[in-house]
Amino acid sequence: MSILTFKNVSKTYDKMTHALADVSFSVDEGEFVSVIGPSGSGKSTLLRCVNRLVDATRGEIFFDGHDIIRAGKKEIRQIRKKIGMIFQHYNLVDRLSVIENVLHGRLGHKSTISGAMGFYSEREKESAFQILSKLGLTEQAYKRCDELSGGQKQRVGIARSLMQAPRLILCDEPIASLDPSSSKVIMDHLSLINKNMKITCIFNLHQVDVAMKYSMRIIGITSGRIVYDGPPDRLAESKIHEIYQSNEGELITDVR
Amino acid sequence: MSGEHMDKVPKPQDQTSVFVRRRRTFTLIFLGVMAVFSISSAVTNYDVIGGFESIPAAITWIAKNLIPDEKALSRLPNIIKKLTETALLSVAVTVCAGICAFFFSLLGTRITKINPWIARTVRIAAAFFRNVPDVVWAMLLLFSFGQNILTGFFALFFATFGMLTRTFIETIDEVCEACVEALYATGATYLQTVFRGIVPHSMPEIVSWVLYMIETNIRNSTLIGVLTATGIGAMFDLYYKRMDYGSASMVVISIVILVIAIEIISNQIRKVIM
Repeated sequence: MSILTFKNVSKTYDKMTHALADVSFSVDEGEFVSVIGPSGSGKSTLLRCVNRLVDATRGEIFFDGHDIIRAGKKEIRQIRKKIGMIFQHYNLVDRLSVIENVLHGRLGHKSTISGAMGFYSEREKESAFQILSKLGLTEQAYKRCDELSGGQKQRVGIARSLMQAPRLILCDEPIASLDPSSSKVIMDHLSLINKNMKITCIFNLHQVDVAMKYSMRIIGITSGRIVYDGPPDRLAESKIHEIYQSNEGELITDVR
Repeated sequence: MSGEHMDKVPKPQDQTSVFVRRRRTFTLIFLGVMAVFSISSAVTNYDVIGGFESIPAAITWIAKNLIPDEKALSRLPNIIKKLTETALLSVAVTVCAGICAFFFSLLGTRITKINPWIARTVRIAAAFFRNVPDVVWAMLLLFSFGQNILTGFFALFFATFGMLTRTFIETIDEVCEACVEALYATGATYLQTVFRGIVPHSMPEIVSWVLYMIETNIRNSTLIGVLTATGIGAMFDLYYKRMDYGSASMVVISIVILVIAIEIISNQIRKVIM
């Protein structure tokens, strides 16, 4: 069952820059997909088209029965509710506590007033604490987010997206600002979430080796076009160089 | 600089030309300033030497006339009453203007604007309110409200509102972009994003700006009081025109003490919230 389908999607900024050109692919429920490609190749735009943080210029995007490009304001909210998102810079409200940030994941499910006033039900609070304990953040629950380390902040980001009870999680460079050990913790958590909770995950990654190890499928993208779409074990060295438009020996992955 | 570093510089002649150019710019600016100064002195008949020569006489006059005497001390309770009135008015104005400016600025920021044309209008309006000085606002409003405390209130309100709207727009755009994106991505509505994201995230900066404007408004309100015949400004005007310089200087001294006290207090508050 495919949960997300892109059909000939294009995105141009200022009528000049082509961020995405004629992109088509579909993602099945439960897949763990990595999108790799050089900076500025359109990876971020691709991810943001899914939850309409960016509006695609042409084409069709379907997610779980919704026509994303034609969705009105109310429907966009319904769609976003089902899609969690994790960011490179965590994008938390730093001055609020961890638990408050996690509860932000419920805002899409609440009425404007009770959400704006920050009224959460006991059940919502309980499930927030459960998620925090799963991610090993119980002790940090009442700390302010600006007191946390990068890895902890990213786990709060994961907790916030899980709070949405999402069908799909979009991860925009989730480990780009983290050290190797925190990166592993984050990738392991996301991998477990994908396996145990059957939540589809789409990643933007700079680390080709990480993408190869964790994902079932890799999409390589170069100046807005898909140049590779398949399992990691069929991704040849030469293809990686094609994706990054580089020659033998110019990539950090070439260093042995 | 060490010799080692100098060796690495590829073209030394480039460097000297940079210094020559800098010296030339400096000389030109200096000559320009001197020219502007002499022209404007000539037009206004300003006598430079005479101006400096009169300084000692001015100091002697201040020492003789502006020391508060006993009569001035007996007026202190009255002065303090007016001073509190002026200070409280400034606080009230700034807080009102701050709250209005916050909601108005939401329409003008890049990340929370509803429509680009509204955003542009908001920015233009803010620039207009800010660029008309509060004293000019007071003069304008004198026509409609007369010499009344409301005139002072609105004059300070408009100028503060314009200033704070502009700063809030910049603060919100700078501070909140990331968390706004994240909250929208969870499906949060506009108001939820404002109250759960922008308000807590930008509050320390916003409070700090409001405190700064309270300080500025206490200073400005004394001047506006002279125009509108209200508050401490009017009191100063009255004593000054009666040539009761002792009492007038009592007013000035108490204003200075108040301004310093407010600054110390607001710095303490900033330290706690930031």
